[in-house]
This record gives sequence, C-alpha cells and structure tokens, in this order.
Amino acid sequence: MQLKFEIRHFIIDNFLYGQDDNDFRDDISFLEKGLIDSTGILELVSFVEEKYEISVADEELIPDNFDSVNKLSAFISKKIDDGK
Amino acid sequence: MMSHTLVNNFLEYSAERLPDKVALIHQDKRLTYAEIEEMANRLALVLIDAGIERGDRVAIFMDNSIEAVLSLFAILKVGAAFMMINHTTKTRKLEYIMNNSRAKAMLTQGSRGDIIQGINCPHLKTTIMTDSHNSMLSCIPFETLLNSGKTDTVKSTYIDLDLASIIYTSGSTGEPKGVMLSHRNMVSAAHSITTYLENNQQDVIVNVLPLSFDYGLYQILMGFKIGGTVILEKSFTYPYQVIDTMIKEKVTGLPGVPTIFAILLQLKDIDKYDLSSLRYITNTAAALPVSHIKRLRELFPKAKLFSMYGLTECKRVSYLPPEELDKRPTSVGRGMPNEEVYIVNENGEKVGPGEVGELVVRGSNVMLGYWEMPEETAQCLKPGKYPGERVLYTGDLFKMDEDGYLHFVARKDDIIKCRGEKVSPKEIENVLYSLNGVLEAAVVGVPDKILGQAVKAFIALEKGSKITEKDILRFCSQNLENFMIPKHVEIRDSLPKTMTGKIEKSSLKKEQFSEIQTR
Repeated sequence: MQLKFEIRHFIIDNFLYGQDDNDFRDDISFLEKGLIDSTGILELVSFVEEKYEISVADEELIPDNFDSVNKLSAFISKKIDDGK
Repeated sequence: MMSHTLVNNFLEYSAERLPDKVALIHQDKRLTYAEIEEMANRLALVLIDAGIERGDRVAIFMDNSIEAVLSLFAILKVGAAFMMINHTTKTRKLEYIMNNSRAKAMLTQGSRGDIIQGINCPHLKTTIMTDSHNSMLSCIPFETLLNSGKTDTVKSTYIDLDLASIIYTSGSTGEPKGVMLSHRNMVSAAHSITTYLENNQQDVIVNVLPLSFDYGLYQILMGFKIGGTVILEKSFTYPYQVIDTMIKEKVTGLPGVPTIFAILLQLKDIDKYDLSSLRYITNTAAALPVSHIKRLRELFPKAKLFSMYGLTECKRVSYLPPEELDKRPTSVGRGMPNEEVYIVNENGEKVGPGEVGELVVRGSNVMLGYWEMPEETAQCLKPGKYPGERVLYTGDLFKMDEDGYLHFVARKDDIIKCRGEKVSPKEIENVLYSLNGVLEAAVVGVPDKILGQAVKAFIALEKGSKITEKDILRFCSQNLENFMIPKHVEIRDSLPKTMTGKIEKSSLKKEQFSEIQTR
C-alpha cells in the first residue's frame, strides 16, 4: 500500500501538478490519460531508480511494467524481491 | 507510370499497383493498401452522405491511429481539406480552430469526449467518433461505418489547385494560423523529399511523431506514395517497444527530432540492438548536437544521416547530403530538388556568401497563405519572379557558405522550438494572463539537453495573491497542448522592464544562459 501511495504521490505531484483528480484510479493507463510522454517517462524512471535503488533495463521499460500505479508497484515489488 | 496529381493518388495508385502489400502497421494490426483504400472509400461515402462537399474543412482530432490515416484519405477523396489537430489540444483552442476554419465535420475518439463537449461550434454538423460508447455526445460511431454500407470507389472531381489541408501553427501574435496547402503543394513537397531520400518500395518507415506535426504526417503520405510500409507508433514514450518493432520489421527509415535521438542515445543497451536494416535517419526541427551526430553514426554506420530544415509553410526547405556531414556538420544543407532558396537583406536584395539575411523559398511547395489572414499572409508571401508568383519569406536568418550551403543564424521573432515543435511565447502568456492573480508574465526558451529548448515562464503576482507555481502549471495543463506546458515556472516580485515599460525578455534570457554556463 505504501508503495502505491508513493507512486500516486509522485504522479499527482509531477504530472497532475498537485491536483488529485477523483478519476485517477490505480488501474488507469498513464498513456491513455495523457499523463506521461517520452520525457515524462524519463522522469518516472529516474524517480523509481533513485527512490527504490533498482536499475531498470531497457527491455523492462514497457507499458506492462510502467503504465499504471498497479503495474508499476507490482514491477517495483518484484525488482526489490529479486534483488534480495 | 501513373503520375501523382492529388495527395489521395498516393494511396489510390499504390492500391492498384500493390493491393496486397502491407501499407500500415499499427500495434498488432497490419493493413494492406487494398484494405485501406476500401475503408477510406466507405468513409468518404459516409462524409458525402453527411453533406461534406469539395472545399469544406473537416477536422481530425485523434492521436496516431489507423482511423486518423483512413480519415485523412477519406476527406481528401471527397474534395474537402483535412485538418489534423493535436490530440492534446484543450477546449478553448479547439473551439478557436473549429470556428476559425468553420469545419463542418470532425472525426475523433471517445477519449476526446470531455474536450469536445465544451466547444460551441455552430458550423459543426457531424461528429464521427471511435469508441463512442464512452461519450454522451451525439455522434456516428466510427467502427460501424467500416463494416457496412456502400463500397463504391469515390471519383475525384477536383484539381491540384484545390485545398488539401490546413495545418494550424503557432504564430508570434499568439493566435494560431492556418497554413493552407493545396494538393499541388503537398504532392510537390512529397516528391522532392522522396527524391533526395531515394525512397523506394522496399522502405519500411517507423513514425513516432504525431500526425498533427507535418513531419509525422508526411511519413504516411510519402510512405504511401512510394508503395512502402509505414509503422505508425502512438509516440516514443516507450522507446524499447519501438526498437523491438524496428528490429522485427527490419525498419529502413527513422525520422526523428533531436529530443527523440537524445532519448535513444540515453538507452543503456543501445549498442546491443541489431538495427543494421536502417538505410537512413532524418533529423529536422532543430539542429542535432555534433556529439549526437557522431554517436549516431558510430551506432548506425550503414545508415545515411540527413540534417534538414523546414517550416510548415512550405513543408521542407533544405537537406544536407549525408556525404557533406563531416565537412559542414552544422549546416542544414541546400534547397530540395525542384526548389530554389536564397538570402535577402532588409531591402529584399539577394546577398552573397557569408552575409546574414532572411531566407526566401521559391517553389511549388510554398503554401497558398494563412487561412483568412490576409495581413499575416502578405508579410511572408511576397511577389516572386513571374506575375502571380509568390515566394515565402521564412522569418529565419541564415547565411550561405561559399559552396551554397545554408547555416542557421537566428529567428526574427521569439518563437521557441521545443521537442521540434514551434511554441509561441505569446500564446502561453495569453493563457497565463487569464489566470486570476497573475500580474505579469513572460515566457522564454531556455536551453535543455533533451528538449532543445524548454519553456520557462516568469511570473509576477498581483498584491496579496497566494497562487503557487503548481497552481500555475495546473492551469496551463488545462488550457495548453502538452508540449506547450512550461517546464519551469519562476515567481518573482517583479519582472525587468525596458525604458518604455515593456517586459524586458532579453535580460531574462541572458540570465538563463549565464546560469547554465556557470553550472
């Protein structure tokens, strides 16, 4: 839960400029919602790498891992577990 | 050999010649020329039934999708002009464009419903929408059109002097201007470009650029003209996905802007991917840093790298032949085939090598003018060599070297180039001034490693106003296309002024440059 909270917070702060949209659910696609573009994704990757001390490989940078709060939190959890 | 007279001939002739060839790949769908031609005809008949006629304007408000491609050809088949509108456009600007052009119909997507709901456009009679179940608007669902109805071929009744497209572009005054392009303009530009790129039927072009950007749009037009295959991506947000597709489909052509190449070169394993099928890479909109040119050539030794320059008003101006890249890496080259370029001084006289002046373009690719803006048109289209001919004054300052190659010096106005797209500071300032609490606003471009130039807004607040930088950004995100939202906002007590009391942008810009140099 904490993980999802942190991701949500980052997205709302950086891509929604602090506006907690009621429609913004954890399963909503960042792409479809128009939240993240090619430079936004770079910011998201740096956030994830620095905050959770993981390294994201090129092949892992795909919508299945990054395109919603749910997907990203599952990806980060798995990376942290794999690193243990 | 059939000669292309109209833009829709690009599709029609390839469908006759290569009916079963894959023309368009988008996500998991692959469409042949015959399939696209048939669907475009069906859609054209629906537009005719809806009362769309030769000379009408029809908007396409969609992201990169198969439907956007079908729409543009269907609109052309009817003899109407298509307008590709950036899918991140917000209500106020959409309404402006729709009313300015008096568009009679719009083809759009359900996801745009919220934005469309807010517009008041008395001329808009028909809305055709994909995924319309998401929307409360009254519209014709796109999907049903393609599986039912008539399949006759629509015969064109118009000529190459007719309007094919209006592309809205940012102007220094802040009001978007509609660049009017005839079929002849577009066919001519497409012919010149495919000539110097030596495009052929074997080419597989990947397009990650928005179709609302003429550079993206022309990838479809030119790909279809040569009978090649175009892979249409939504964006470059997930670079690895695009690279994976490029490897699988053996892509031969990669058009990009500096932002895309900067992202590509940041990938951790870029040197491990087999992209040896690449025959050419093109860059335009802004110059590539010399270090990036070097790195791209190391990574893709077999690919020719074309540095180019252009503006929507004539599509493309120049290209640098790849073999000249070592000799003059910062040049944007020379005029395209079937086009003449020269530099003039303030009196309109041609100047010699080394002298700085305004670049002028002469050719059948030069636009017809700005839609219903005679004054703005007269400022940039001026009498040419022969009676009735008009040449384009680009507003860009250039100099030519001894061998006739062009070197960019500066723009005459303060337009910002961000991710390769033109951004009007005035348009953003107009939005900022409409926010309660903003007393003064000044927008400038600041150097940015990825974006080329990033948009920065300096704001002074009214006394007692409590608004924050986030409030300002949020307001911008509700009113501006995504690429225009400032990356930086700085609130100050007051902004510097000139003797006459105007905001002095030059000193704000200078501060930014010196800040970067001292870092």
